[in-house]
Amino acid sequence: MGQAQVKAKSEVRKLPYVSAITEGVREVLLEQKTAFVAGEDVGQAGSVYGYYRGLFKEFGGDRVIDTPISEKGIIGLGVGAAATGLRPIVDIMFMDFLGECMDEVANQMAKMRFMFGGSATLPITVLTMAGAGANLAAQHSQSLEAWLAHLPGLKVVMPATPYDVKGLIIAAARDDNPVFVVMNKMSLGIQGDVPEGAYEVPIGVANVVRPGTDYTIVTLGRMLHEALKAAETLKGLGIDAEIIDARSVQPFDTQTVIDSVKKTHRALVVHEAVRFGGFGAEIAAQIQELAFDYLDAPVGRVGAPFSPVPFSPALEKLYVPNAERIVAEARRLIGA
Amino acid sequence: MAKQASNKVLLDIHRRMVRIRIFEEEAGKLMEAGKIPGALHLYVGQEAVAAGVMTHLTNDDQITSTHRGHGHLIAKGGEFDRMFAELYGRATGYCKGKGGSMHICNMALGMLGANGIVGGGPPIAIGAAFTQKFLKTKHVAVAFFGDGASNEGSFHEAANMAALYKLPAVLVCENNGYGEFTPQRNHQAIVDVADRAAGYGMPGVVVDGMDAMAVYEAAGEAIERARKGAGPTLLECKTYRFYDHVGIRGMGLTYRTDAEVIEWQKRDPIKLFEARLAEQGVLTAKKAEAVHEEVMDQVKAGIAFAEASPFPDASSLLDDVYAN
Repeated sequence: MGQAQVKAKSEVRKLPYVSAITEGVREVLLEQKTAFVAGEDVGQAGSVYGYYRGLFKEFGGDRVIDTPISEKGIIGLGVGAAATGLRPIVDIMFMDFLGECMDEVANQMAKMRFMFGGSATLPITVLTMAGAGANLAAQHSQSLEAWLAHLPGLKVVMPATPYDVKGLIIAAARDDNPVFVVMNKMSLGIQGDVPEGAYEVPIGVANVVRPGTDYTIVTLGRMLHEALKAAETLKGLGIDAEIIDARSVQPFDTQTVIDSVKKTHRALVVHEAVRFGGFGAEIAAQIQELAFDYLDAPVGRVGAPFSPVPFSPALEKLYVPNAERIVAEARRLIGA
Repeated sequence: MAKQASNKVLLDIHRRMVRIRIFEEEAGKLMEAGKIPGALHLYVGQEAVAAGVMTHLTNDDQITSTHRGHGHLIAKGGEFDRMFAELYGRATGYCKGKGGSMHICNMALGMLGANGIVGGGPPIAIGAAFTQKFLKTKHVAVAFFGDGASNEGSFHEAANMAALYKLPAVLVCENNGYGEFTPQRNHQAIVDVADRAAGYGMPGVVVDGMDAMAVYEAAGEAIERARKGAGPTLLECKTYRFYDHVGIRGMGLTYRTDAEVIEWQKRDPIKLFEARLAEQGVLTAKKAEAVHEEVMDQVKAGIAFAEASPFPDASSLLDDVYAN
C-alpha cells in the first residue's frame, strides 16, 4: 500500500512545457516556506501565458504577488528580499524587458555577493520568456542569454523540454545564487515526459540527447528540437549527428562538448539569438582552444542574422534558425 | 508625537555625528595623499541625517545607502578598523577588499551596502521591507538617496511599490542641492522632493537636514508609522555637502560659489547640535571636545589597523563570485 503510494507519486505523465513550468514553481512554493512569486500579472491572471495558473488560488496573494509594470522594482524587490532571507521567484514577462531593469540585474544582483566579500547571499530565481516565431516583432521576441551569461555572478539556464523546465526551475530555486531560467514561448505546447513531485535537473550539465558519431551539434534552448529534425535529414545523407542540449549557458558544460568533438571531429553550434557576438561564439572558441587538433572542419555557427526580429511572418520565417538551415550549414562546412 | 529624546539619546546622536565627521576628514586626507586608492565621496556636512535616522534603528532594521555611504555605515554601527581596511583595499575590510568605498557594507548590522549606482538603493530597500512584511516582523527598511536619485526611474518604481504594498519602509532623501555637479534647479522643476510623495499616496515630509533634532523627530514618526504597518514615508532632509563630489576640496569649485558654502557652513550640523546641547546643559564645550579627541584616537587606531593589514591574497580573486 505504502509502496503503491510512493510509486503513484513519482508517476511520469505527458505534459506540455507550460504545465511543467507551473509544476516546477508549485513544488518550490510547497517545499520552501520563504519562497514567493512576484511579477506582472502572475497572480490573478496566472501570467500572460498562463504558466502560474492556479498558484494564486492555492498559495494566496501573499505568496503569488501581482506587481506594477515596474521591472526595476520587481528585480529590486527580489534582490532586497533575497539579501534579507527570502527565496524569491521573480518574473520578467518577456526577456526583452531586461532593458528596463538591467542595472538591477547587472550591477546589483550579479555583483552584490562579490562586492560584499561574500557576506550577501542571493537565492533568487528569475523566470523569463524568450523566443521568436510568434509574430510579436522586435521587442517581444529576442533571445538575450548572451547579455546574462557575460555577467559574473549570474547563472543562466535554457530548458528546451518539459522535463528540463520543471527540473531546472526547482534546481534554480534551491540554488543560493541568482539563476535566470530562460524559457521559450514557442516551446509552451511541446509535450514531454514529466515526473510528478519534485526533482532537479542539475545546473551546468549538458544533455546528450541524441548520441552520434560524425558531427557534434550543440544547441541552446528550443533549437534542440530543430537540431533533432536536422539530424534525421543528416542521417539520410549518411551523417550521424550527436545532439547536445547545453541546457545551461552559465555555467557551461564545456567537458561534455569537448568529449563529443574529440569523437566526432566536427562541431556546429545552434542558437536562436543573433549569431554575431552570440553565445555560440564562446562555445566555438572553447572548442578550438581545447580540441583544435581533433577538428576536421571549421566550427560552424547557426544563429539569427544581424537584425532585429522582423514582424512579418514572411520575414520572421527567414529570420529564425530552423532544421533546414542547420542541415545546410552542416553540409557546407564538410563539403557534403 | 515623537517621544522626547533623553540625554542619552542626544549624546548618542552627537557621538554618531562626530564619528562620521572625523572619519571622513581623515579618510579624505588619506585619499588625497594617495594612501587610499580610488575615489571617496565624503559625507561631511550631512551628518545630522544619518545620525538622526539611525538612532532609531536596530541591527534588524535594514538600510540601503548611496555612493556617499560611509556616514550611513558609521551611524549604523560600523567599526573604524574594518571600514578603513576596506577603503585601503585590505583583506580585513568589511568586504575583504572586494568592494571599497562605494560598496562598503555590513549585512550583520543591516547595512545593505553603499551603492555606486545613483538610485540603486531604493528598489533593494523595498525588497528588504518586503521581507519584514512577509515574515511579519516589526522591523523596517530605510532607503537613503539624494536629490539626484529622485530623478531615476528606480526611485519612482520603488516608491510606488512601497506605497502600494504598504511596506515598512522610509525613503530618506538627502537633498544636498546637487546631483553630482548640477544644482537642483537645473535637474528638477520642483523645490521639495517630498512633493513627489503625493504622486504615490504616501506622506511627504520636509525637514531641516542640518538640525539633528529635527531629523531625529521626523524620522522617529516615519519609522514608527512603518513599524505599525501604516506604510512608507518620504522624508526629505535639506542638507549640504561641505566638500566636493569627490575628495575634501570645498572651496573654489566651478559649479558653486564660496559664498554659498560659507552660508551653509554657518549651519554646520555638529556645531548647531553642540550649541543646543550646551544650552540644555547636556554637554559642555569641554566634554564635547573630549568626545572629538576620543573619536580621533579611535580613527587613528582604525587607520593603523588598516595599514597593518595584508592586501587580499591573489588566491581570493575569484572568491565569492558565486555561493557554493
